[in-house]
Amino acid sequence: MRLFSAQLRRDLVLAARAPAEAANPLVFFAICALFLGVGADLGGDRELGHGAIWVLALFANVLAADGLFARDHDDGSLELMLIHARPLLPLVLGKLAAHWLICGLPVALLGPLAAFLFLDSSAAAPALLASLLLGTPILTLVGGIGAALTVGVGRGGVLLAVLVAPLQLPVLLFGVGAASSVGDEGEFARLVLAAMLAATLTAAPFAIGKALVISQEY
Amino acid sequence: MDTPLLTAEHLSCAVADRVLFDDLNLVVAPGDLVEVQGPNGSGKSTLLRCLAGLLAPRRGRVRRGGTIDYVGHKSGVCTRMTAVENLRWLARLRGNHPNRPSPVAAIRRMGLGGSGHDRCAALSAGQVRRVALARLPLGAGDVWLLDEPLTALDAAAEHLLRGLVAEHRAHGGGVVCATHRPLHDSSAAGAASPVHRALPAHHTLRLGA
Repeated sequence: MRLFSAQLRRDLVLAARAPAEAANPLVFFAICALFLGVGADLGGDRELGHGAIWVLALFANVLAADGLFARDHDDGSLELMLIHARPLLPLVLGKLAAHWLICGLPVALLGPLAAFLFLDSSAAAPALLASLLLGTPILTLVGGIGAALTVGVGRGGVLLAVLVAPLQLPVLLFGVGAASSVGDEGEFARLVLAAMLAATLTAAPFAIGKALVISQEY
Repeated sequence: MDTPLLTAEHLSCAVADRVLFDDLNLVVAPGDLVEVQGPNGSGKSTLLRCLAGLLAPRRGRVRRGGTIDYVGHKSGVCTRMTAVENLRWLARLRGNHPNRPSPVAAIRRMGLGGSGHDRCAALSAGQVRRVALARLPLGAGDVWLLDEPLTALDAAAEHLLRGLVAEHRAHGGGVVCATHRPLHDSSAAGAASPVHRALPAHHTLRLGA
């Protein structure tokens, strides 16, 4: 708990000191949503609109994941974490939690607002919000694995996207399903998302910790 | 003999399939200063990273009898935070320890009293190095692993570091240091002081070539 809160607080303070950098993915999401909303005529197709929001949320996440460990690796803080954080897991979770609060949660909250631009009705907004709240933590966790694997690689951004996007595709499919389908089908998709979240929340921090340890063996 | 603080047995390390050293044995007992010397690329930093546990050896093993502090090639100082914030974060990572000075005291110890609350981005290279070295009095680790600690330091900071190292050894700590300039105090003044006379002899470990 001590390690979790120490790291969470540190990363939130760091983000607050460079708000422009921290807001980058969010600005990307907002601008793209705005262009799509103004430019594209989806004819009120709910599934298409929600799909667009989810794709943008995924892109924003991959964009943000690149910087998850890059700074700590560059300035050597990562070495200190690996040497002194015993166990490493709560620290990794603290980093991920901060990361989600900075660029996952705002995207999830903005999602229904953006959907309002494409779709005239706001009837599906709660379902979309719920799907994004369940789904964005999964994106953060899976993105974290990619970020940890590519941390030592110079300009790992593209590699990260190639690595992570296929893994996040199922999240996208069930996310759109949870947002757009009604009745049992939507309920099913929501349950699958929740199960995915439980699974990644259990497994991803271990994978990230291990990948960070390996990243030191340049 | 005292129980060693750090032991390396038959250590072999390679970077990108190039073997840097093979079958290296090292014992750091309380009070020991081991100076690792060798030309560039001979594996000094790799040895320290290996001793710190950052790098897995190809063969052999490292036994740590106590806690370590590591000041490596990278400073480990986040430039968006102040020196005090950097050390506070590290102190939280390491948990409570009764003999540990406060981050502010550690900063003052390295002669950075006035700059402790400035963002580290505003500090010079030498000052950032001082912030990194302030981790040593803060950490209260048993073995200090120092990679070229004198880089970018001015004469005053160099003097402070030598003082810290002598004090650490006098309190039963060990130091492994990769450097081209000797860290042990061979000057007449150093040899005459009671602290230095009580210290065990330093060792030199030569790598490579």
